Amino acid sequence: MTSTVEASPADIGQPRRRKEDARLLMGETEWTDNIQLPGTLHMAFLRSSIAHAKILRIDTSAAKLAEGVVHVYTGADFPGQAGSTCVWPVTADIVMTHYPAICTDEVRYGGDVVAVVLATERYLAADALDLIDVDYETLPAVVDMEEALKEGSPLVHESAGTNRCYTHKMPCGDYEAAKAKADVVVSRRFINQRLIPSPMEPRAVVAAPQGMADEITLWTSTQIPHILRVLLALLTGIPENQIRVVAPDVGGGFGGKLQISREEVLAVILAKRLGRPIKWSETRSENMVAMHHGRDQIQDIEIAATKDGKLLGMKVDLLADMGAYLQIITPGTPLLGMFMYSGIYKMDALDFTCTGVYTNKTTTDAYRGAGRPESTFAIERIMDELAAELGMEPMELRKLNWVNHEDFPYTNVAGLTYDTGNYEAATERALELFGYDELRAEQAARRASGDTVQLGIGISTFTEMCGLAPSRTLGALNYVAGGWEHCTLRVLPTGKVELITGTSPHGQGHATAWSQIAADVIGVPFEDIEVIYGDTGRSPYGMDTYGSRSLAVGGQAIKVAGERLVEKARIIAAHQLEVSPDDIEFNKGVYSVKGDPEKSNTIQGIAFAAFTAHNLPPDVEPMLHGEATVDPLDFSYPHGTHLAAMEVDTETGKVTLRKYVAVDDCGVQINPMIVEGQVHGGLAQGIAQAMYEGALYDNEGNLLTASMGDYLLPSSADLPSFITDRTITPSTTHPLGTKGIGEAGAIASTPAIINGVVDAIRHLGVNDVLMPASPQNVWRAIQAAQNGGAA
Amino acid sequence: MIPSAFDYVRATTVDEAVAALVAGGDDVKVISGGQSLIPVLRLRLSHPSLIVDVSKIDEMRTIVDEGSSLLIGAAVTTDALIKDARVQADVPLLAMTAATVADPAIRHRGTFGGSCAHADPAGDLPTVAQALDAEFVIAGSGGRRTVAARDFFVDYFTTAVGPDEVLVAVRVPKLGAGWGANYQKFQRTAQAWAIVGVAASVKTEGGIITGARIALTNMGATPIRASSVETALTGGPATTEAIKAASASAADGTRPTSDTHAQAEFRSHLARVHTARAVAKAAGI
Ligand SMILES: Cc1cc2nc3c(=O)[nH]c(=O)nc-3n(C[C@H](O)[C@H](O)[C@H](O)COP(=O)(O)OP(=O)(O)OC[C@H]3O[C@@H](n4cnc5c(N)ncnc54)[C@H](O)[C@@H]3O)c2cc1C
Repeated sequence: MTSTVEASPADIGQPRRRKEDARLLMGETEWTDNIQLPGTLHMAFLRSSIAHAKILRIDTSAAKLAEGVVHVYTGADFPGQAGSTCVWPVTADIVMTHYPAICTDEVRYGGDVVAVVLATERYLAADALDLIDVDYETLPAVVDMEEALKEGSPLVHESAGTNRCYTHKMPCGDYEAAKAKADVVVSRRFINQRLIPSPMEPRAVVAAPQGMADEITLWTSTQIPHILRVLLALLTGIPENQIRVVAPDVGGGFGGKLQISREEVLAVILAKRLGRPIKWSETRSENMVAMHHGRDQIQDIEIAATKDGKLLGMKVDLLADMGAYLQIITPGTPLLGMFMYSGIYKMDALDFTCTGVYTNKTTTDAYRGAGRPESTFAIERIMDELAAELGMEPMELRKLNWVNHEDFPYTNVAGLTYDTGNYEAATERALELFGYDELRAEQAARRASGDTVQLGIGISTFTEMCGLAPSRTLGALNYVAGGWEHCTLRVLPTGKVELITGTSPHGQGHATAWSQIAADVIGVPFEDIEVIYGDTGRSPYGMDTYGSRSLAVGGQAIKVAGERLVEKARIIAAHQLEVSPDDIEFNKGVYSVKGDPEKSNTIQGIAFAAFTAHNLPPDVEPMLHGEATVDPLDFSYPHGTHLAAMEVDTETGKVTLRKYVAVDDCGVQINPMIVEGQVHGGLAQGIAQAMYEGALYDNEGNLLTASMGDYLLPSSADLPSFITDRTITPSTTHPLGTKGIGEAGAIASTPAIINGVVDAIRHLGVNDVLMPASPQNVWRAIQAAQNGGAA
Repeated sequence: MIPSAFDYVRATTVDEAVAALVAGGDDVKVISGGQSLIPVLRLRLSHPSLIVDVSKIDEMRTIVDEGSSLLIGAAVTTDALIKDARVQADVPLLAMTAATVADPAIRHRGTFGGSCAHADPAGDLPTVAQALDAEFVIAGSGGRRTVAARDFFVDYFTTAVGPDEVLVAVRVPKLGAGWGANYQKFQRTAQAWAIVGVAASVKTEGGIITGARIALTNMGATPIRASSVETALTGGPATTEAIKAASASAADGTRPTSDTHAQAEFRSHLARVHTARAVAKAAGI
């Protein structure tokens, strides 16, 4: 580990085992589906099997008479009721559309909801769905984005008059001038395919009238209990102060549960209307069509450089598939990458355009990395293509253009200021761990002998922007929410500590890492801290968990809340020890008088004194707590160098990942073991995009990859042991020195893999392969190159 | 997904199972390991009113050494095929192929007979049965009959087993000394089904191939014998070139399908490449 700071003492930096794990491993968990309330009605959804159709007639009479069925609803029962909403109208002229809770006259994707059954048992509800009869008039489906934009294309939303949702432009510098100076211009079309987030736990909800007079409690497998509460109030008309949202144990999200869904909206409305608990647990098949999808962009990328390899400018023209509707941040997701197309490199101009397109497919939205995997893919892939065009070693081209460590803070071409970084250090370490020169030699030998299995080296020297975000910046981007985070710390009368956070973990280990931060700041044992989250009843303020923001933003709130608590306790300690607060020293939970350490009290002792309140200074209120709501100064910019050794069987197109090195820099690590876990999981997902995953539709808009037999997720058996390390360049805009790490692996690895595959077969005339790099896609690229011309 | 309601009977003998099937009428299904049937039920692709469980019938869970063959009970699990010493020694192709099926959890439940009776064209074990000319012992209300592999696999998901019959056992001939075996499974992830598979048993004597049994997975409605390759190999030298040349006809006469993983043309290419690889490995080169 290359460190540029001294290791901090105490808890921060320890690879502590996670507090969460014993309970998770022993099955003592509370998943939403485990919640069983008396009198529950089970909800089931009749979903359209056709991508685009008019609903002519729905006959629910047989279903209504079926055993156990209590109600059957259609769209007619909820006129005008929205099932989801979009909080990010990215341009002034964006075409916004209504997302019905239940479709009334038209279905717009395979999976759209046409009827809802409530029954006394889950199985009976499922049986009743088979008894509902729907007459559809099939309409032509809009599947391909380029076709969708053509004059005369069928329309997803007839009333909109167009399938173009928006066009967002961001010209930075003068690209045409930069291009005019260029000796070399390389253009490529990259396809960032559609992905299905596939968390281990599909979605689930239980809504029940519970607790105070009119309160409705919604337990839901979500990443965003706080934001959801606000949106549920807005969409259902139920007062916000009568809605409590709880995210119990949540089995993964990856962005898929950063959403407000019609299933949640209907559960809340029906629980309120009927006064009974309503429950729904999604099946895997349902999840694959009904939870939002991710990525799905056509990227036309052009890069201009001098013949010596100096970058001049870049042009980015995107088509982004919105799917059938807009949900929470559907249109904004591709734009989360727009500032990052220049990656770690210096250039004079970036001309960015993105057009969002409606199609008759599942709605897209955030998926691990959201926007930045796409931008990173584009820049890291085109850098390899430019290197090939110039005849340069791809790593040398990168070194020539990246921001050197002494040039930080550095403002990139799009106007973002990277606070700190050290690309040289991360790259040097990665090259060392990888054995770069040996692998290059082996590559040459295999080429020379015409080996069936060829070797390629894939490079990704990336940075990303995470830690959403300064509220002011979000406002400037038309995003209808802030990016602050909250923490309340309480030392209870018995000395135990409650840490109440507004982040909402679903696998990330916040209970452990947050305890480590608080243990250091307020000097109490790690074990004495209970972290409370994911319940608007117990943790009322928060902006939840996504975009690698929880530590980057939420961590700051813990630090400030802790410092405020420590200061309050100092005043009480000074009063009781009869000295001025300036004469009190605080060290590891003990307040003592300077120069007279015998005179001291512990923070726990002071907490008890603050509880009894028998002897407090005049202006000090009872109880010992500290609160903070913190808005971050800036985004967070983790970076790293990833290297992949890829083997390609040229006879079959089969790609094998032989070796993977990831050196990441996320600044100060609160818990290196959790960082390691985040890196591994991220890598698996990024590699999966490159090699295995891809949602495919036929021309009628049917999802062909609607089961895990067709939509391939890798398991540990498909991945090598990753070789990882970290360099540590602390952030200067984040008080703990930390940077986000939740998405880095997923962002960096996809281009590393594809660069490696292309590098292995470039000598055969190949200069791109479609993702996923399945045997058939790779074999076809080789065939096409051999039959003249690149694929 | 959520299956429709059904009744369930666990049989303890083959006769009991047959009786339950006959009494159950049209709407009855046998369940063995359930690894293919349960997904079918959950997707509501089938709505049986009665399910007869044969997985606990002792006779169907045993392997009998008959001298020139092994009689393997239909309810013997895929995992047992990998670990049984007799299977390893006498029918190594079967043990080797079983190890490529799905993942450990599925192999501990899924059965040899279930896999053959299900007759998924992408199934690996039926290909071995086809390559080795296995025989299938089927019990019905009229008693037991034996069907050869070439007559057993009829079409996609269709075999010679009638709706009120039970597949009791599979008789797999031992090939004896001098035979090498190899199964090439081409798949995208470790636990995925075969895009194409090739099972080969090859006998070599003094550098000459004197016998070859080759069958293909997922190259048509049923497992298919690559007889033209077998003929081309037999009597020829066991060299890479000769094997490659003979394997060029591996896809002849097959009817592979196209799906999200591979178009038919690519499957045919893969069948040729992997036939050459399987034969070479089985011949020890
Ligand atoms: C995720 C997954 C991956 C898989 N991957 C592979 C793979 O890579 N390769 C592969 O070959 N297989 C694979 N399988 C299938 C697995 O091997 C199954 O176990 C096998 O196909 C069926 O065996 P079973 O005992 O589970 O049969 P069941 O599911 O119990 O039955 C299957 C069918 O056969 C009938 N049947 C079963 N036994 C009898 C009998 N004795 N008499 C009459 N009819 C009977 C049933 O009625 C049913 O129609 C996979 C399965 C899953 C779930």
